[in-house]
Amino acid sequence: MKKVSLEINGKKVTKEIPEHTTLSTLLRDILNLTGTHIGCDTSQCGACVVHVDGKSIKSCTALALELDGSKVTTIEGLATNGKMHPMQEAFKKLHGLQCGFCTPGMVMSAVDLLKNKKNPSDTEIRDWLEGNICRCTGYQNIVAAVKEAASKM
Amino acid sequence: MKTFNYHSAKDVKEASKLASPNSAFLAGGMTTLPSMKLGLASYKDIIDIKKIKKLSGIKVSAKTVTIGATTKHVEVANSKEIKKVIPSLAALAEGIGDPQVRNRGTIGGSIANNDPAADYPSACIALNAMIITNNRKVIADKFFRGMFETCLKKTEVIEAIEFEIPQKSNYQKLPNPASRYAVVGVYVAKHKSGINVAVTGAKSCVYNDSDISDALKKNFSASAIDNVKVSSSGMNSDIHASADYRANMVKVFAKKAVEAC
Repeated sequence: MKKVSLEINGKKVTKEIPEHTTLSTLLRDILNLTGTHIGCDTSQCGACVVHVDGKSIKSCTALALELDGSKVTTIEGLATNGKMHPMQEAFKKLHGLQCGFCTPGMVMSAVDLLKNKKNPSDTEIRDWLEGNICRCTGYQNIVAAVKEAASKM
Repeated sequence: MKTFNYHSAKDVKEASKLASPNSAFLAGGMTTLPSMKLGLASYKDIIDIKKIKKLSGIKVSAKTVTIGATTKHVEVANSKEIKKVIPSLAALAEGIGDPQVRNRGTIGGSIANNDPAADYPSACIALNAMIITNNRKVIADKFFRGMFETCLKKTEVIEAIEFEIPQKSNYQKLPNPASRYAVVGVYVAKHKSGINVAVTGAKSCVYNDSDISDALKKNFSASAIDNVKVSSSGMNSDIHASADYRANMVKVFAKKAVEAC
């Protein structure tokens, strides 16, 4: 067991964890932040995407201990004062989801895209979402939602 | 994943000292961690080298580009300095995996792992790279030994990779649509001293195709490759592509790379 300290969604957290604990396991099983989903658990599907120090990463493929001292934002940390983030609003409005399993990762990845590129084209959005797999929507409404969010942000 | 002792090394000396036959160095972890989860690898000690500051960064001089081992793919892809002197190297980094993999994965990790379908080994061969470790410098041709095999010793840490700036270069690959690993990737580089045609994805290890480079020496154009015979002997064959298909793709992507040079 080793001690890890992180700032998660603005709150300082310190926990004793087994060395092999991934960030996704820490979030879900220890901190009960179950908005971050685990799909493939081998960094293919992107359901577990969170932001670490402002950049999107796959939380299933990072040891919590490696990230000691980092700032983590999960899907639970996007809304402010109960008001959804424009990306969440856009996914809701344009129905950018069906079963919703991939959605937390899609939203976190898309928010990072808009940090890097303010008005991405369809191709740039699809390219960026390479690491996020959705088996329901066919991606059309996801791309539309990201564009809508870009126009509002 | 089986548990292990986690160490965060403060310098290369400490990292090397902690290493044993049952340890692994951890940089981006993009292959190491999934391999451990799938039970393909297990270690007694994981030695994190990311906090060692001197292992990260990009330096460009008149003749070379030196990239620290823990420099992330995203940093190479976005580097204005690299884009200026070896744009093909930045483009290669931009084509690895997906944005989240590029935000974590490192050049040193990619090279040390020597996946037969990884992109960076081809850049090392094409750009006459020198692999700088904590106790020697090895030229790329001697560094890559076989499938997932390099000449690195267990206690040896890659510190940086020094690439020679070519006169012209380009990398083209047929990406696996799911993983973006190269089904076949060809890196063509024209140096004052000669031409390299480094091929990844096709065989069990990256190699320099001397038949294609000989043809290009006589005539540096895509049409010069038309008459070169690429044998399918020793080529990988799997559900994604047969050996014959890969052999043909070596030619196709070599031509594309020459055209884009």
